[in-house]
Amino acid sequence: MEEIKQYSAKDFKSDQYVRWCPGCGDHALVNVLQKSMAEIGIAPHETAVISGIGCSSRLPYYMNTYGFHTIHGRGAAVATGVKVANPNLTVWQITGDGDCLAIGGNHFIHSVRRNVDLNVLLFNNQIYGLTKGQYSPTSKKGLVTKSSPFGTVERPFRPAELTFGARGTFFARTLDVDLQTAQTVLTAAAQHKGTSVVECLVNCVIFNDGAHGWLADKANRADRSIVLEHGKPMIFGSNKDKGLVLEGFNLKVVSIGEHGVKESDILIHDATCEDATLHQKLAMMEGPDMPIAMGVIRQVAAETYDAAVENQIKEIQAQTSIKNFDDLVDSLEQWEI
Amino acid sequence: MGKPQDIELEQAVVRFSGDSGDGMQLTGSLFSNISAVLGNEISTYPDFPSEIRAPQGELGGVSSFQVHVGGKIHTPGDQADILVAMNPAALKINVNAVKKHGAIIYDVDLFEKKDLEKAAFSTDNPFSELNISDTIQLIPLQLTTLTKESLKDSGLDNKTILRSKNMFALGLVCWLFNRPMEQAIHFLETKFKKKQSALAINIKVLTDGYNYGNNLHLTLSRFIIEKSHDVQKGRYTSISGNTAAAYGLIAAAEKAGLPLFLGSYPITPATDIMQELAARKDVGAKVVQAEDEIAGITTAIGAAFAGSLAATNTSGPGLALKSEAIGLAVMAELPLVIIDVQRSGPSTGMPTKTEQTDLLQALYGRNGESPVVVIAASTPANCFHYVYMASKIALEHSTPVIVLTDAFIGNGNSLWKLPKLAELPEIQPNFVKPEMQACKVTARNEVTKARYWSFPGMEGFVHRNGGLEKDYDKGAISTEARNHEKMVKVRAEKVQYVSNSIPDVNIVGDKNADLLVIGWGSTEGHLTSAVEELNKQGKKTALAQFTYISPLPKNAAELIRSYKKVVVCELNTGQFATYLRSQVQGVEFLQYNKIQGQPFTVAELVENVSTLC
Repeated sequence: MEEIKQYSAKDFKSDQYVRWCPGCGDHALVNVLQKSMAEIGIAPHETAVISGIGCSSRLPYYMNTYGFHTIHGRGAAVATGVKVANPNLTVWQITGDGDCLAIGGNHFIHSVRRNVDLNVLLFNNQIYGLTKGQYSPTSKKGLVTKSSPFGTVERPFRPAELTFGARGTFFARTLDVDLQTAQTVLTAAAQHKGTSVVECLVNCVIFNDGAHGWLADKANRADRSIVLEHGKPMIFGSNKDKGLVLEGFNLKVVSIGEHGVKESDILIHDATCEDATLHQKLAMMEGPDMPIAMGVIRQVAAETYDAAVENQIKEIQAQTSIKNFDDLVDSLEQWEI
Repeated sequence: MGKPQDIELEQAVVRFSGDSGDGMQLTGSLFSNISAVLGNEISTYPDFPSEIRAPQGELGGVSSFQVHVGGKIHTPGDQADILVAMNPAALKINVNAVKKHGAIIYDVDLFEKKDLEKAAFSTDNPFSELNISDTIQLIPLQLTTLTKESLKDSGLDNKTILRSKNMFALGLVCWLFNRPMEQAIHFLETKFKKKQSALAINIKVLTDGYNYGNNLHLTLSRFIIEKSHDVQKGRYTSISGNTAAAYGLIAAAEKAGLPLFLGSYPITPATDIMQELAARKDVGAKVVQAEDEIAGITTAIGAAFAGSLAATNTSGPGLALKSEAIGLAVMAELPLVIIDVQRSGPSTGMPTKTEQTDLLQALYGRNGESPVVVIAASTPANCFHYVYMASKIALEHSTPVIVLTDAFIGNGNSLWKLPKLAELPEIQPNFVKPEMQACKVTARNEVTKARYWSFPGMEGFVHRNGGLEKDYDKGAISTEARNHEKMVKVRAEKVQYVSNSIPDVNIVGDKNADLLVIGWGSTEGHLTSAVEELNKQGKKTALAQFTYISPLPKNAAELIRSYKKVVVCELNTGQFATYLRSQVQGVEFLQYNKIQGQPFTVAELVENVSTLC
């Protein structure tokens, strides 16, 4: 048996100078991605990293894998083509909130709907950075930017809601300053068969500094977020004394030990539940009353598009005597002249 | 009165016309297939509205199928010897499509007052209202009554029975042209393999139509069309341009030893190409019906990046949507085949009608300096050849190639001599070589300028490609001024280099004429017939029909300059003429143009070109 090669993060690092702004959240995530790739152990030449346009879409240049920096919004479609053409490859798609949810919104929902086996890292900084500071489809309503000098009047997308609406099989969330969760989530995304959407909350220090500040604040992060783990109770807080329960159709934060609440009353996270209702409730939680859900929120098994395409071809090929072009020509209605 | 004599013809044109739900396309294609089996050349022209079921009996819903059968055929024919008109609307729309001494077979049962009103006739005599020449023979036929009679014992409802009228008409026309029933029945058997009940009904009505003709023989002449003699011996089928294009991709992928990928989005009149390939899982074709035109091409670009023979197909509006992505394929120097089945534009235009108006879009319709190879097929059958050659060029020169066909040859049929894969030209994709390990993404063959192709899965060749300008040597992204100019020129030289492997353009007609007629793509048949006719009339004319557009064949400029007078005939306002003016200096290019959503007629070409002779 061939020895399985051990990789280190360095094997996935290219020789290119990283051109993101100092302090940009993308720096941390490219490092985590390289570590995750080493952990997964797929060879660099079996890995393709596809991106669209935007700050985050520069990422393929920093990877020592096959990479394709395509055009604005079309990364999902190009990645679909790569994966369908060669399902043996591990395909990552790097995208941002503008690239993925504005110009590329159509490709995003359809790749999710088809469940193409892609690992999608959606870098959400709630701003257009590369064009120097216009609001994006995820910018908070009222955000003052260069293109919204009086504040935006638009309602933002929630990427999780879109993913579930498109019948997504995997959704996870992580934060640029929480490297441990980031690596867990990226590795889980890579191991999931299907479109794995990972919303990476990243900070744009130049144009939208502190957009995720309430959550990122290290001192309070444990109380303001909950890192979900499949099969584990939904407990959070610096003292691990808060938890989530259902009250009617809604989630509610309770304190363990108060008002007779026991640890056994706390919900257990089931990421594999087909019904996305609770996943959506979790993903939509917002401060200050609720913690923000991090980690793998949804991970359900379903046939991937790329496998389905291959399987259908194999099925048909097993039934037919037409094996090649000459057979095809022979099978046509024809006559001698 | 004696039995009329049989009439011998070298060729004949039949036009079937009715409501878009009357099955005229099926009827016409069955008649052309039957004729082809009998050894005739065929050329067909389906002409139909974009409405699926337009209001019955009205002018907007008329669907026609014209077929030219016999020998020495280049076109579907200007006008029909026999027009089959299923209702007054079909008569009205097609009245000018009948020859002076032709005949009109019409369903007299549907020429009542209310039927005439639907077709906007104001009197009760449509024939005089349309000024139909008395040289045209009118053959009233109780098609509705006779079809009902034929199926009276079938137990079928009236609606189903009336749907079979087209088979009665086909039976009669088969008799009229001496086409044996066995062949017709054989085709029906194939067509209705999975619907045995429908098969029996169709055969019954078809046979009754044929026998009705036999009984009519007392009053009607029968046509005898000789087998064609100038067709090369071999195996043939009748094929549409769209099907031929799909087969061209299949053959090229197998010849190159590559998987085949098509990314596509439904659009009239190009959709058949996708449907043909979607049905060919047996040969392993992967088809993604994408969410839009842009995803159609970008999935294909992804597949090209991943090592497939990748293609996308579309029509004009879709080509516009794909422009930016074609630019990406130019910049990333990936092999890609783009098939544009042109239709009337701009915007949605006339989706089912033909036109040659995407030429300049194909050549120039992108941002930046963005050269691609542009090829045009000229007959339904040779869509196979040109799509095959487009694939070969794309793979060997690492470039996108646009193949222009149009609604006329995409939907039309002609005879196709069945090839064997072994007979087709070799395809050697411009792969990296093992000794090039760790080469840069921009590494290229310094003679052809074609970028070497490596793709994910190949060890030792990881690279980053993309839409940003790259350094010629290092392959890294670069905005260095002189490097950009160098890269722009290299990409252009690469496309120009293709001219070394394409055939010279040939002259048809009288090489020594003063007048050169120039055409491109699907007008070949009409222009060939027109030039033959002009020379027959003693008006010396030469024809150069172009299929390789960008780059032009190497002999193009010299050949064009050797004529005193040059006229470019095309179905647009002068796009090829405009292009030639930029490529061949010192020539006055005259123009003859038509922009009616219809092919040329030979007659109008002869009339207009002869004024220049």
